[in-house]
Amino acid sequence: MIPILAVAGLRKSYGKRLVLADVDFDLWPGDVLAVVGESGSGKTTLLNCVSARLRPEAGTIRFLTRHEGQKDLYALSEAQRRLLARTDWGFVHQNPSEGLRMNVSAGANVGERLMALGERHYGRLRGAATDWLARVEMDAARIDESPQTFSGGMRQRLQIARNLVTRPRLVFMDEPTSGLDVSVQARLLDLLRSLTRDLGLAAIVVTHDLAVARLLAHRMLVMKDGRAVEQGLTDQVLDDPQHPYTQLLVSSVLQP
Amino acid sequence: MYVAVKGGEAAIDQSVRLVAEARRGDASVPELTLQQIKQQLRLSVDRVMTEGSIYDPDLAALAIKQAAGDLVEAIFLLRAFRATLPRLGYTLAVDTASMQLQRRVSAIFKDLPGGQVLGPTYDYTQRLLDFSLAAQMGTVPICESAEAQMGTVPDASPVLELLDQEGLIERQAPAAGDPAPGDLTREPLRFPAERAVRLQNLARGDEGFLLAMGYSTQRGFAHGHPFAGEIRYGKVQVELVPEELGFPVAIGEIELTECQMVNQFAGSKTEPPQFTRGYGLVFGHCERKAMAMALVERALRAEELGEGVESPAQMQEFVLSHSDSLEASGFVQHLKLPHYVDFQAELELVRKMR
Amino acid sequence: MRDPHYAFAYLDERTKRMVRRALLKAVAIPGYQVPFGSREMPLPYGWGTGGIQVTASILGPKDVLKVIDQGADDTVNAVNIRRFFERTAGIATTERTREATILQTRHRIPETPLAERQIIVYQVPVPEPLQRLEPREAETRRMHALSDYGLMHVKLYEDIARYGHVSTTYDYPVLVNGRYVMAPSPIPKFDNPKIHMNPALQLFGAGREKRIYAVPPYTKVESLAFEDHPFEVQRWSRPCVLCGAVDSFLDEVVTDDRGGRMFVCSDTDYCGERRGRKAAA
Repeated sequence: MIPILAVAGLRKSYGKRLVLADVDFDLWPGDVLAVVGESGSGKTTLLNCVSARLRPEAGTIRFLTRHEGQKDLYALSEAQRRLLARTDWGFVHQNPSEGLRMNVSAGANVGERLMALGERHYGRLRGAATDWLARVEMDAARIDESPQTFSGGMRQRLQIARNLVTRPRLVFMDEPTSGLDVSVQARLLDLLRSLTRDLGLAAIVVTHDLAVARLLAHRMLVMKDGRAVEQGLTDQVLDDPQHPYTQLLVSSVLQP
Repeated sequence: MYVAVKGGEAAIDQSVRLVAEARRGDASVPELTLQQIKQQLRLSVDRVMTEGSIYDPDLAALAIKQAAGDLVEAIFLLRAFRATLPRLGYTLAVDTASMQLQRRVSAIFKDLPGGQVLGPTYDYTQRLLDFSLAAQMGTVPICESAEAQMGTVPDASPVLELLDQEGLIERQAPAAGDPAPGDLTREPLRFPAERAVRLQNLARGDEGFLLAMGYSTQRGFAHGHPFAGEIRYGKVQVELVPEELGFPVAIGEIELTECQMVNQFAGSKTEPPQFTRGYGLVFGHCERKAMAMALVERALRAEELGEGVESPAQMQEFVLSHSDSLEASGFVQHLKLPHYVDFQAELELVRKMR
Repeated sequence: MRDPHYAFAYLDERTKRMVRRALLKAVAIPGYQVPFGSREMPLPYGWGTGGIQVTASILGPKDVLKVIDQGADDTVNAVNIRRFFERTAGIATTERTREATILQTRHRIPETPLAERQIIVYQVPVPEPLQRLEPREAETRRMHALSDYGLMHVKLYEDIARYGHVSTTYDYPVLVNGRYVMAPSPIPKFDNPKIHMNPALQLFGAGREKRIYAVPPYTKVESLAFEDHPFEVQRWSRPCVLCGAVDSFLDEVVTDDRGGRMFVCSDTDYCGERRGRKAAA
């Protein structure tokens, strides 16, 4: 089986500071990978590099396209990468207002990707939007309201719907539940878990919260100072950490 | 019976006659001469030349007279005139280091080789209306001329060279291959714009707009810790290399005001921490514009210097698209043109929606 | 008589050549905005300098020029521009659409259908159809290059969700030759259908924003819409009070201060011609 995303030798610096050093991993179709670490570990930079939002200075990122096999991301043109980002990929921002158009309605937010791909039937767009709002457990009656009037949790659900409407095969998530109430977090995590399972999504989820990793991810990668110090099946890494840093992380998680 | 309103031509002719009368004012009052404007409104002439992008004090004086003192209108006249002139050649870059100085001040050193030469400026006056000017033939004390003063100044090399000797300020080298700069009078502005094009745009930009933008950088909208490294005002030689001769020939002198701002910078992968520059240059004497230009110029280098772009003065598209007084004035005032057809369409819509 | 102090039609030959090159590019890529080195003209930016530069660059001594603003030949802007060309080019001018070889227009397309070999030059204030949604030129350039027009359709969707119909009534965006989204200039949407498959050459000049674009003869031009909310033009409930036309764009004229109104053709030549025919009949 070919990985949907194959990352090798990733390196990135900001000035003199090395932020990512020789990071390798493979992501398989339908797998969820959690990238965990403290702030400053490089996990967000890693996410931005593999999603083509930031250009690494060394390393390769190969994506398994729908019809043309594996492609080196930076061998594609900018136009091709942008198309990929709009159709086959999703990106869920930590702050939902960065991933939404705050000044247009929920329906327009969900329908935009379809419109960009050529859907020209208002009724069908509205139908798709209604459908997806229901799937992310939102009240479909709010389809014409602006996200300005939504709570943080609702905005995040809307952002998820907006991304999934084109049935992407790979979704990048940057701390999707941080900044939300604990109770809201739990429900959202449940939603993400069932969606990734039902849709067979591959996903890379950046989080500092090991509980999120445990709940959502099949595999886990631990970052420290720009390096991947340990990776493996989530349960194995959390229950039997090998690297001293991972052991520290795991032991410092407060048990309820 | 409704008759379509005709007679637009006649109305226009009358309007043109009326504005010519208004321009002249009371015919019993002596008419302004171009010499009077050139001599006694020289700072207006300087602004019109700078934003009009043409160094010709007589033409600028004529434009000011024709525009009844509306400087933006005068700038328009010069620009439109300039657009019809053929390009004869290109001069060498002027050497402001060998400027024949009338004024040179620096805020970063108390004293420096060449000294602080105060020169002719309103900076040290008290802004009290001088009613003696209301009378004609006011006597003005004769001053030792600037040229005579300069005889006592041995070395007036640019202040920033002092910082450069210690390697404390960034070098200003042309880009690799020394490419010809884009020409905004011939080509449209495209984004992202390189520094040479940005400088051109700012040099001919509206003084008021740049002043406000520069001011905004001092009030937290992109703070750059600026210092006035040096401000120079005086005459420079303009030289051309005719093809037939192959060596430079001086074709005249122009007055310039130059401002070099010194700003701080944290350093990068390849550069240690250094001061960075902001640059301003205008025709004639206008420190306000040169300084504002230098502040904005430095703010626009934010991206190049790895700083976050957050404030309007740092945004190329915002600053450079709105700096031209002609474009701004034209479009704002075009709203006076008939828009009744578009309005009709809107009227129908609003009625329908009610 | 032409004023001998100026070049023919004011612009020097180098400038004309630059504009013509831009025009050729524009015609080769229908609807694509070609940047050009717009010059300061004796009329202000925003008052038709783009249209004037285009007209000046294509005008020849045998051309017959018509200039209209809001559909009329004698509004002050039209008069000014016509006189500018009379003075600097000495060419014949006309108010009759049928007799013109070049028509320069602000905000309307004449009601009388145009013919092959006629050229219509539109004055354009804002050439970028996406500008109100995205002011950054670097971004909109990329959107056009990648055919990424989602933002435009989002705006249309929002209008329908909010009002039940699209709320744009003039400068209504169109898709040219199935590729580029174009701003047709502030003509009322009533005029949009005339751009489609027009036998004449249509040129667009934006002087202040420094862009030129074109729609070659017989080009497919569709107003953006949804399949189930098709594009519709304005209709009036009464005919022109002067000539009886039911198919032209009507101006609303206030006749008294008690709410009295009357509706007359915006296109003065069209209206006059119809009245002439009625009188002759």
